[in-house]
Amino acid sequence: MKVTEKDVTYVADLANLELSGEERVGMVRDLNSILDYIEMLNQLDTSNVEPMAQVSDRYGVDQSKQGSERFAYANREDVIEGLRKSLSQESALANAPDGDGTFFRVPKVIER
Amino acid sequence: MVLTHLTIDAARSAVQERQTTALALAEAHYARIQKEDGQIGAYLTLCKERALEQADRIDRMAAEGKPLPPLGGVPVGIKDVMSTRGVRTTAGSKSLGKYIPPYDCTAVLRMEAAGAVILGKTNCDEFAMGSSNENSAFHPVRNPRDLNRVPGGSSGGSAAAVAADLAVAALGSDTGGSIRQPASFCGVVGLMPTYGRVSRYGLIAFASSLDHIGPLAKTVKDAAIVLRTIAGRDPMDSTSADLPVPDYTAGLERSARGLKVGVAKEYFGEGLDDEVRHAVESAIDKLKSLGCEVVPVSLPHTRYAIPTYYLIATAEASSNLARYDGVRYSYRAAGVKSLSEMYRRSRDEGFGAEVKRRIMLGTYALSAGYYDAYYLKAQKVRTLLARDFEDAFRQVDAIVTPTSPTAAFRLGEKSNDPLAMYLADIYTVTADLAGIPGISIPCGVTMDNLPIGLQILGKHFDEATILRVAHAYEQVAQIGS
Repeated sequence: MKVTEKDVTYVADLANLELSGEERVGMVRDLNSILDYIEMLNQLDTSNVEPMAQVSDRYGVDQSKQGSERFAYANREDVIEGLRKSLSQESALANAPDGDGTFFRVPKVIER
Repeated sequence: MVLTHLTIDAARSAVQERQTTALALAEAHYARIQKEDGQIGAYLTLCKERALEQADRIDRMAAEGKPLPPLGGVPVGIKDVMSTRGVRTTAGSKSLGKYIPPYDCTAVLRMEAAGAVILGKTNCDEFAMGSSNENSAFHPVRNPRDLNRVPGGSSGGSAAAVAADLAVAALGSDTGGSIRQPASFCGVVGLMPTYGRVSRYGLIAFASSLDHIGPLAKTVKDAAIVLRTIAGRDPMDSTSADLPVPDYTAGLERSARGLKVGVAKEYFGEGLDDEVRHAVESAIDKLKSLGCEVVPVSLPHTRYAIPTYYLIATAEASSNLARYDGVRYSYRAAGVKSLSEMYRRSRDEGFGAEVKRRIMLGTYALSAGYYDAYYLKAQKVRTLLARDFEDAFRQVDAIVTPTSPTAAFRLGEKSNDPLAMYLADIYTVTADLAGIPGISIPCGVTMDNLPIGLQILGKHFDEATILRVAHAYEQVAQIGS
């Protein structure tokens, strides 16, 4: 077993999830089963292989250019409301579970 | 003329020629939804007001004799992961159960600008995570061909809506197969474009380097029309490619004669259902009879695609889903006393089991001490998978495979075994990882009369060739029903 209940507690903490006792037990089982399967990647020697983080810098761009030069077409002037108008305060707050019309309201931040 | 049996061109012409109206088309589809969707569950939200307003605009154009745009008056469904201004957009999640976006997804705007009438938002697996649509927080979707079976996922609502004539066409999204696999299960056409071909602006993010928007439709031509409508550079998405968009319908009628079609043995191995194998092999024979040259190719890293996918997709998801904090627009748990309790309980109550599982796996793969062993390793194997396709496409113009190893399975059959569910995507995740386009078209039915899908994969930004092969096959295919 790679993942223990202690690991699950630690990772849930990182992910801001609470998880019930029952969920934790299931999570230990499921993560171990998936990670066992994922283990097969270690059959491959990738020591000389570059990682691929995205598709866009590899295909559909001018490969003779380097780095961000490949995306020169996406550059634009840095201006206020450049591509679209910013949301109004009213519209930005419209979906908030709790707000006072000016701010999002949240429970007390400083705990003791 | 049955108003719910029309293709895009037939519907638009009928409105243009005043044989019917966009309003009548919309009403006919709403009536059918009213009658049929109670048992199918394809829609989560209907937006009748927005639809009828658009229909009226199109009808006035037709009345004035103005030429209608390509989708003029055509009723469509939009997967509920695409933002629609003023219309509830849930991503199939309780955490967005009341979310009303203040802006529109670019693909949605382009559909409406081309005259489409948006009937409503279609059901899906929560945050597009799933292969059966059973992960919707609201209700599952049932396969219109057999109500005891799943429609596939995650774009199950879009596929079922098109299959059951509850929309002429629909938009879906594909991160690991979520357009093509449900298209295959429901017996419709589903196209995932090249990464960067269609803007992702306004698409609720699952895994940003893998997410694609694309059409589900009744015919290959309809898929081509929708693709042309939504494709092309959008300044709101810096990964949308700066390349011209061809007229995908113009090349459709060209013969497939002389095209080289690759067949990779890795897609016909263990786990492939015999009936699916037989149907796909017959389809390959048919392509031969159309003049295609069938060439064996090898994609040697295929078996590593699922583990690679589940590391990269979950790592990206764990980051993307961090935004659901219960503060700005997502669900907040009641009775919380502190900020950290609010985050945790809101996310705990707002997310379903599969979403939590993927956030946990992704967070684990990115956490200190495991990053190199899992996430970086997967990114390197992703390079190998992309190279497999680069090598194969030096020899062939397209590659044909089964879309899914089986036809539609029963509701509940795989819902307690996440790994078995993940393997339903074994033939589709490779294209998402490599960023190449793929289409699924119907190529037969099983003894139980369940649809089987043929997948055709193409080179980056060469949707035209896979559409051409798919269209040629569609013209000669005799699919029982």
